[in-house]
Amino acid sequence: MGRKLLLEHENVPGIAGLEVYRAKGGYRSVEKALRTMSPEAVVEEVKKSGLRGRGGAGFPTGMKWSFLAKPPGVPRYLVVNADESEPGTFKDRYLMERIPHLLIEGMITSSFALGANLAFIYIRGEYFHVSRILERAIDEARAAGWLGRNILGTGYDLEIHVQVGAGAYICGEETALLESLEGKRGNPRIKPPFPAVKGLYECPTVVNNVETIAAVVPIVNDGGEEYAKIGVGRSTGTKLISAGGNIRRPGVYEIELGVSCDEFINSDQWCGGVDGRAFKAVVPGGSSVPIVPYELFLRTAAGEPRLMTYESLSDGGFATGTMLGSGGFYAYNDAQCIVRSTWNHTRFYRHESCGQCSPCREGTGWMEKVLHRLEHGEGRLEDIDLLWDIQRRIEGNTICPLGDAAAWPVASAIRHFRDEFEFHVRHPRKVKDPRHFEKEPFVRTPKPAAV
Amino acid sequence: MPKVTIDNIEIEVPEGTTILQAARMIGERDKAHRHVVPPTMCYYSKLKTSGGYCRTCIVKVTKGSEKDPRPMPKPVASCRTAVMDGMVVENTTNPDLLDARKGVTEFLLINHPLDCPICDQAGECHLQDLGYEHGLSKSRYVFERRTFEPIDIGDTIKLHMNRCILCYRCVKVAEQLTDGRVHGVINRGDVAEISTYIQEAVDNDFSGNMIDVCPVGALTDRTFRFASRVWFTKPMDAHRDCPTCSGRAVLWMKGDEVLRVTGRKDQWGEVEEFICNGCRFDHKDVKHWTVEGPRTVDRHSVISANHYELAQKQKLLTKAAPDSTPVGRPNELPGR
Repeated sequence: MGRKLLLEHENVPGIAGLEVYRAKGGYRSVEKALRTMSPEAVVEEVKKSGLRGRGGAGFPTGMKWSFLAKPPGVPRYLVVNADESEPGTFKDRYLMERIPHLLIEGMITSSFALGANLAFIYIRGEYFHVSRILERAIDEARAAGWLGRNILGTGYDLEIHVQVGAGAYICGEETALLESLEGKRGNPRIKPPFPAVKGLYECPTVVNNVETIAAVVPIVNDGGEEYAKIGVGRSTGTKLISAGGNIRRPGVYEIELGVSCDEFINSDQWCGGVDGRAFKAVVPGGSSVPIVPYELFLRTAAGEPRLMTYESLSDGGFATGTMLGSGGFYAYNDAQCIVRSTWNHTRFYRHESCGQCSPCREGTGWMEKVLHRLEHGEGRLEDIDLLWDIQRRIEGNTICPLGDAAAWPVASAIRHFRDEFEFHVRHPRKVKDPRHFEKEPFVRTPKPAAV
Repeated sequence: MPKVTIDNIEIEVPEGTTILQAARMIGERDKAHRHVVPPTMCYYSKLKTSGGYCRTCIVKVTKGSEKDPRPMPKPVASCRTAVMDGMVVENTTNPDLLDARKGVTEFLLINHPLDCPICDQAGECHLQDLGYEHGLSKSRYVFERRTFEPIDIGDTIKLHMNRCILCYRCVKVAEQLTDGRVHGVINRGDVAEISTYIQEAVDNDFSGNMIDVCPVGALTDRTFRFASRVWFTKPMDAHRDCPTCSGRAVLWMKGDEVLRVTGRKDQWGEVEEFICNGCRFDHKDVKHWTVEGPRTVDRHSVISANHYELAQKQKLLTKAAPDSTPVGRPNELPGR
């Protein structure tokens, strides 16, 4: 049984309210940080913890915090990215719905560490009900003196605002988020300058994921070193995984990083194995990360068992590996069609591209059309190479990572499931039925990963 | 001052110069090195925060700087990346980069209508130039292109959204030059379009510059529409006493008739000075202007092939000495 740091009290009745939360040891980190620690010491603890950004990129949080520019007389901001829009990811929603005060507590401690007196939660428009929960929690916290002027009599002031977005995936990209927060069109900015230098209203800003900020609470409570003891190598601590797809037990799980992939997907403690058929493929970190065949998810190309860590999942690069990403885990059984799923993903990216830079704006639309044609039995063999070419020319050539995120699923699908694409070209009549692999699963010929 | 090497050519530039500006300095220093200058579709040196969108000016940085020699992992937009001392940049010498630029060109063209034969911009269109230099001869795109109806935005400007490449230049003109922007980008992704606020028209003294900065034929001059192909008109530098702007413009003439007035564009296709709508639309009479002489159009497209300024000189010469016979045919003139 893994240790739980964030979701320890998830099932305690009334944990969404301040009273129960406080009774379960809530807001200890604020007391500890504000009364006994200096801001630098808090940053130091976070550095020691080895905590990495939980939004998907996995950038070390302590390092990000230490990059924050501190020009005198200029305000600094903390912005929490609650625009959780990655298909397959719903961990932040669960956390905010269940234990909103954990996020508020993390924000107070983190804002203190960063010297911010104003913090924002940017939450996606579809999570409107969650924004109400957060606002209620903020009101409770303010009434109890955890927010506002002179918190705990230490002279530290903090205000938190919740801003609801309008439902754009791109606003989860940190600079697009800041633009949107400023009331502009949510177009990603061109970097540099990075938000740590010029962020919200041109002031130094740290943008962190909900789970990252929540993880600051146990780090400050127990110390960074204690946190770093959990996990393997540079993947420390616990991670929320939102599991879905063709598994028996979908849900949000907190795992210690370093659990083996086999155990995670097959044990009854977590995913509980396949729902009656056979596993075909896995996307371990949200729709943007490369899809891998089930056997490559369990074992690396070298035959070693894969672990749920940043490093192990990306072992082998994109040729045979994938990424931990945001933790939006979903598995496919053999009734699913990879071409259909890839088309569906691309349709999403086409819809969500902001349209600012040309490779992403035009490329995602083009890929979607080609994939639509392939999936509906109207494709040609050249289309597969064309798709490869389009994704190759999008990747790395765009302003923000959405271009890469749109290219990777297509690239990995072709890399690992090319025969399935070819099947769609060769058997157009069979794939006319949208549930074409349900009666007659597609039999893959496993081959050594190429490209 | 930082030293930067672009395609094996070294130059010393002031602090804060972008890679693109450095490349242009190389091109200005020696015309033979013009090829190192990356093409641009959205960057406009006179407009703040422009650039970075079209991705045609991407270059490969193989050495970050003297201090941190690591190469940059991805191609960078040269228009928005400042040079560092000791930076090494590859543009035309990097086949992978040229391939990536080819990709960008292809992306820009897949939804472009290619209606050059009826487009007023033909001949001075940056997308045409880019297409000639980096495009494929045949499109791989077989689907229906996205289409919009052309609309009038204000009484002097026509918007052909089909041709637009969303460079955001006109948005920046409206933001930085005029009082109150009434148009912008609506929708997103591949259905994003330039449009005005409902029932608003673009109407102010400097809106005409949106036409000049548009790299393609998306924004055209309604007073010039279908009047002539640009390469049949003669650009003449001219000035007038204008209370609103500098009054320094180019008259595009056919005979003694002024067909249109634009700003003076430099060798990179950018106007030197923005002009007002008064000069642009209301003074299409050669009597209102002091004509300085023919303008050299220093661009590689079809428009500069019209070496009338030499012919003009010759005409003047023959007028001065009616006995002398013209030397050679126009295409044997020096400089061809």
